[in-house]
Amino acid sequence: MVNPSSSILNDGLIKAIQQGLWAAWPICIGYIPIGLALGLLAQKAGLSPLEIGLMSVFVFAGSSQFIAVSMISAGSAPLAIIMTTFVVNLRHLLMSSSLSLYCRNAGKTMLAFFAYGITDESFAVNQLRFKEGKWTISQALTVNQASNLVWILSTIAGGYVGRFIPPHAFGVDYALIAMFICLLIFQIKGPIYATTAVIGGCSAVVLSLIIPGNLYVVIASVLAATIGLRIRVRARNKLKLKIERLKLKARS
Amino acid sequence: MTSGKFGLVVLGMGMVTYIPRWLPLFFLSRRSLPQWLVEWLDLIPAAILGALLLPELITSGQPRHIDWMRPECIAAIPTFITAILTRSLGWTVITGMVIYGMVKKWMF
Repeated sequence: MVNPSSSILNDGLIKAIQQGLWAAWPICIGYIPIGLALGLLAQKAGLSPLEIGLMSVFVFAGSSQFIAVSMISAGSAPLAIIMTTFVVNLRHLLMSSSLSLYCRNAGKTMLAFFAYGITDESFAVNQLRFKEGKWTISQALTVNQASNLVWILSTIAGGYVGRFIPPHAFGVDYALIAMFICLLIFQIKGPIYATTAVIGGCSAVVLSLIIPGNLYVVIASVLAATIGLRIRVRARNKLKLKIERLKLKARS
Repeated sequence: MTSGKFGLVVLGMGMVTYIPRWLPLFFLSRRSLPQWLVEWLDLIPAAILGALLLPELITSGQPRHIDWMRPECIAAIPTFITAILTRSLGWTVITGMVIYGMVKKWMF
């Protein structure tokens, strides 16, 4: 009955899902306390657990959901909430562009599903593994969907049980920061990456003091990558010039 | 907020969040990109991670101000060292959480 080639395919898929789940665990741990907190806040703002669950399904973007809930409880207009969400989530443009380098063979439907789950966290985890050549879109989609599921369930649960849970138990609210620290270290594969990260961090700090909201992430990232690219190109040109000079010397 | 209005808000939020996630992935993955763009995009992850992390570590409040004595910032030092030494995501996350928990409990 079982076609051998399809069973090989299934084994591959099962392995991909296992690898994806293994990569997703720090995200999941980090999402639980944040999701519970959001659920609790939403309940206080008068939203039912079902409503906050629906928002998590349709939006799946933590910080903008927090902002939306506080805007809803302040009685803001729908259009204002939607526009704010748009600005807050513009940074995904950059992440999606960066991930596009590794999704050249993926089908349109797969890409449509994969795009839904791009968050700061899944981007950091997936991009690194794509770059190391260990990843296909199946593993990446597993990472996205596992974190998505944990997020949806935690925000719903927050509406029911959020008030019984101490907010800072076991330092779990540091899980995502620690994960970003480690993924940043993994990104530093040469001085140019370190320089870019430092420029990004410093300009983000300065901009965050000046501009309200979190648009500073987008501006600082674009600025840092652009300066980083200029430094890289300039260094390469200098090297080329040096080599030409050496060649000339050797000839004469 | 009525449930009809809430539904509208959620749908609108979903749309404006999905489009920036989907658009570049769909269009850029289908064409060959110029070399400078590939190199620029190669630097984007380091830039984004720096830009997400540092304000989280050393600024607080609304409006934001610089604050070096945050438990997030203090716990970041051993977390960075763990990440460099072990090069393991698991150990870094666990160390970071434990140290942050201790810093919060005893210092603040």
